[in-house]
Amino acid sequence: MKQFRLSDAAIDADAEKRSLAHPAAGGCVTFEGWVRNHNEAREVLRLDYQVYGPLAESEGEAILGEARAKFGLRAAHCVHRVGALAIGDMAVWVGVSADHRGAAFDACRWIIDEVKRRVPIWKNEHYADGESGWLHP
Amino acid sequence: MRYKLLYFASLADRAGRAEELRDTSARAPRDLYAEIAAEHGFAFSTDRLRVAVNGALVGWDHALTDGDEIVFLPPVSGG
Repeated sequence: MKQFRLSDAAIDADAEKRSLAHPAAGGCVTFEGWVRNHNEAREVLRLDYQVYGPLAESEGEAILGEARAKFGLRAAHCVHRVGALAIGDMAVWVGVSADHRGAAFDACRWIIDEVKRRVPIWKNEHYADGESGWLHP
Repeated sequence: MRYKLLYFASLADRAGRAEELRDTSARAPRDLYAEIAAEHGFAFSTDRLRVAVNGALVGWDHALTDGDEIVFLPPVSGG
């Protein structure tokens, strides 16, 4: 089963969390990224995500594999939305399970940071003034 | 050589297309990018981009072969 997935439908966070279960795990840490209604002092109405699918999936899997090795995780999963999203929608979900909480907290933070830095997904924000723009930080 | 280029985000907007087939004498991504950046008016310098060939990240001096699928990746903004 793929550990990193792209999804054009809403993310079921409860189902994703259950997939982290492991008898040796002492806990899980999850992160949900939500679409917010502002960015850099501009009012945001909605956004679109564009993705280069083949590389996004292989890069996402690589990040999760690196995280499992680096932090000694029992499980590490990530789902990222593609397409059109509304304010409040969940854009990305990251979840990890580990024997102890320290590794779980550290790994979850590391994974979302690496996803934002490496996975070829681009956000186009649509603003209240009618303009839109791709973000290339 | 003929390559298939895919464009994403602001590069697709600037090029006015999501993909193109290109016949060119360029043999490495560095030469190819110089060619298309001039033609399409891309403002990114190569140090702001990554390049993928056939779905895998490669270096700017990677040896291209006929039929390769090439993507110049602008800075990403997922999450």
